[in-house]
Amino acid sequence: MTDTIAKSNGKQPAKAGKPSKAGAAATWADDRLGMAGMAKKNLRKVFPDHWSFMLGEIALWSFVVLLLTGVFLTLWFRPSMVEVVYDGSYDQLRGIPMSEAYKSSLDISFDVRAGLLMRQIHHWAAMVFVGSMMIHLLRVYFTGAFRKPRELNWVIGCVLLLLGTLEGFTGYSLPDDLLSGTGLRAADGFMKASPVVGSYMSFFLFGGEFPGSSIIPRLYTAHVLLIPGLLLALIAAHMLLLVYHKHTQWPGPGRTEHNVVGFPMLPVYMAKAGGFFFVVFGVLTLMGGFLSINPVWRFGPYNPAEVTAGSQPDWYMGWPDGALRIMPNWETHLWGITVSWNVMVPILILPPLMLMILISLPFVEAWITGDKREHHLLERPRNAPTRTAVMVALMTFYGLLWAAGGNDIIATHLRLSINQITYFMRGAVFIGPVIAFLITRRWCISLQRHDNETLLHGYESGVIMRDAQGGYSERHLPLPVARAYTLTARDRDQIFVPESEADANGVASPTARKDKVRAALAKYWYGSNIQKPTRAQLEAAHHHAEIEHDHERALENSADGHQFDGRHDVSGEELTTKH
Amino acid sequence: MIEKHELSTVETAETEPVADPGLPEHEPRPTDVDEAAERRAERQVATFFGLSALCTLLFIVSYLVFKVGDEPTVKLGFGLSTPALGATLGLALLLIGVGTIQWARKLMGDHEIMEFRHPGASSQEDRDDTVAILALGAEESGIARRPLIRNSLLGAVGVLLLAPVMALRDLGPLPGDKLFHTIWKKGMRVVQDVDGTPIKPADMEVGQLINGEPAIFFEHDADGEPKIEGVELNQEKAKAAVIIVKMQPGDIKAAKGRENWGVNGVLCYSKICTHVGCPISLWEQQTHHLLCPCHQSTFDLADNGRVVFGPAARPVPQLPLAVDDEGYLIATSDFTEPVGPSFWERG
Ligand code: HEM
Ligand code: FES
Repeated sequence: MTDTIAKSNGKQPAKAGKPSKAGAAATWADDRLGMAGMAKKNLRKVFPDHWSFMLGEIALWSFVVLLLTGVFLTLWFRPSMVEVVYDGSYDQLRGIPMSEAYKSSLDISFDVRAGLLMRQIHHWAAMVFVGSMMIHLLRVYFTGAFRKPRELNWVIGCVLLLLGTLEGFTGYSLPDDLLSGTGLRAADGFMKASPVVGSYMSFFLFGGEFPGSSIIPRLYTAHVLLIPGLLLALIAAHMLLLVYHKHTQWPGPGRTEHNVVGFPMLPVYMAKAGGFFFVVFGVLTLMGGFLSINPVWRFGPYNPAEVTAGSQPDWYMGWPDGALRIMPNWETHLWGITVSWNVMVPILILPPLMLMILISLPFVEAWITGDKREHHLLERPRNAPTRTAVMVALMTFYGLLWAAGGNDIIATHLRLSINQITYFMRGAVFIGPVIAFLITRRWCISLQRHDNETLLHGYESGVIMRDAQGGYSERHLPLPVARAYTLTARDRDQIFVPESEADANGVASPTARKDKVRAALAKYWYGSNIQKPTRAQLEAAHHHAEIEHDHERALENSADGHQFDGRHDVSGEELTTKH
Repeated sequence: MIEKHELSTVETAETEPVADPGLPEHEPRPTDVDEAAERRAERQVATFFGLSALCTLLFIVSYLVFKVGDEPTVKLGFGLSTPALGATLGLALLLIGVGTIQWARKLMGDHEIMEFRHPGASSQEDRDDTVAILALGAEESGIARRPLIRNSLLGAVGVLLLAPVMALRDLGPLPGDKLFHTIWKKGMRVVQDVDGTPIKPADMEVGQLINGEPAIFFEHDADGEPKIEGVELNQEKAKAAVIIVKMQPGDIKAAKGRENWGVNGVLCYSKICTHVGCPISLWEQQTHHLLCPCHQSTFDLADNGRVVFGPAARPVPQLPLAVDDEGYLIATSDFTEPVGPSFWERG
């Protein structure tokens, strides 16, 4: 591949010359570390290209930005709840007693140059971090990238999402302003609602009764040490597995289950990914410079007797908040104990349950379909209609709860009563996902049907034909081979069939019942899917088209421009103006 | 090649509807064939890097020139320091990124290369060997043959786990009966939370709401020190904050035993939501409804703080009131039930 690479890359192949300084250093290092073997294998590692593969990178790079800006913040932030009187630059709060944590947040904002910029970059990066993880997760799910052998990386990804959310919450709580204190107070209420040990948990976490004087320092340790450490370790594992499995790729000409096609790590991928880090950092910095976020000085210091109206958590905390808002007010009082279903169900049960569902998706699908093969080619969402519909249903559930978390805002903006919204949402969170599931499944199946139409009868060329009877029809042209191949490069679904339910001796197989359930589920999972045409079908359809074409031949060359119908070699042709 | 790992799309070429046409030909880019375009791209990339350096210098200038220390929302909706630093640093970073990506796209070799995948799992041989080694290890240690040692070790490690649990005991005191009481007690004045002024029922108008606190929060001891301050103050405040409202006495539907908890239509309720503990503050005079801003639980203060809407399960606790000799509002006791969010042993 020496033909036409840009000349600036040098015209001569590199020759081994006199050992350079860098070479000497490399030798020194390899004598001790023996890295050349591994480097040789990995430096030209192939990374396939697709825009959707950048989503995970956004998450990775915003995490790096969080580490950098976070370290900057630690240089001035004081995680202490000791009461001090503010004497800094911000007029409105001067002379007011507040915690040291809040004061140092004000100092970072007003008395440290670039401090507010860093605080705002840090907060925006936190939002982008969690958001891009979620969208990345959707990409992985919708394309089937979670299938064997990548299930463990799916699990790691889900845990990263959980940890990122916790990290965001602990960070949000650190400045000890009125909003973050209100969030902590709610967290205290959640803990107290835990069965049996609730009030103990609360007292141990807060170091006594809420708010105590320990919570900020303790959250700080979690925020700058514990959780980032775990995140870092898991991200490293995530990346290692990615390299080990090699990235999935979209099917296409020459791209099979057995290979991976793309750009080499060195130099192209490294340049693109490294450049992309600067792009992410740059965009986050511009956001931090121009878009105000969490202006803690407006909220004032935390005061347990005050609250601001319309207080909202960061967006990724919105959905449990919505569940909390629309939950009926059930509480059981029995034998001197209180069971707060109204808090337990939306906060202590629902989010962990959602996480478990998310984690188990690959395993449930593999069990239902009985598919134990490795998959390295991605699937288009339409070619897995039930899978796609499951996630759309979950997204609908999430979205509705998220909207419910803003029910007061919806109420004031749409002039609805909050009661109506709440009652509506109570129904919608159950019905909405079902409707979304059914629509999505149908939609995917019609898209599959459309693909088959295109394969069999060609694509709509936009050329309108008039036949002998004067009727009009649109000319369909066969797909270019590369596209036709790409459309057919997918599995034929195989529905799991249980082995005969009883063996020769009439002893029922111990797994018979389970197999039956599984077969029924598999049938539902794949049953209505449209399979790609066989070669015979395709040939028959093309043959049919040929005959049609023969009938039309009389019309050939009747007008200039017909040579562009895709069935002729048009090189050197152009529309003439003689007519 | 990958015999023991079945892969999908194993249909052979004959049964595939369309045969794989193979990797497409490499298409040269303009920069590969046109030397002028190549040089233009080269200059373009270098310009990006140059502009980035310029932005970094401007960042340093902005750092030295613009003052922070003002409300950052003063000029044009912005203070100057943050946007200037953000714009210069942001562009400095962005230009390096854009330049590098442009370099990769336009000038670096753009041949896609192909690599084969290899089975992820180890060979059966390796697996067997590993199992054998593990078995050998187990055999040599005698862990299977000496259950006494094995079990006592497992037991010891299990017991050892108690140490860290024990060591964490001092994270906090036990709840005791703290959640059942507040600082309110018989005879304590109910005062305004802003400045501690006592409240006369007659001075209040019908429909008015006052945020109140116990008078002790504003009292000083003989040495002039506040009687309660710092952490302790916040802890007590988190339970003892109240609201005082005045209604037409005729509107009030006092429950049995609460008939004399008000003074001339003035009632006092805990300000702490019984849902998860937000301070409640939104008052609708007409309906006597109190709305919690956190999750919209609504309480009817004319009807003993009953929940009329929302996720809270219990009425807000009421503080029984009276007036002292000087005509100021006082509590006649502590709350008769725990305030704030529910907890298991609350009853
Ligand atoms: C994945 C990672 C992280 C997330 C999602 C995250 C999120 C947050 C958020 C939302 C805040 C509130 C910002 C504000 O004041 O508006 C915050 C504050 C803070 N974070 Fe992080 N953070 C992360 C990592 C880190 C790391 C690694 C460090 C330090 C080593 C750090 C140090 C701090 C400090 C010191 C504050 C308090 C600054 C202040 O409020 O003035 N963070 N974090
Ligand atoms: S805390 Fe008041 S409604 Fe939730």
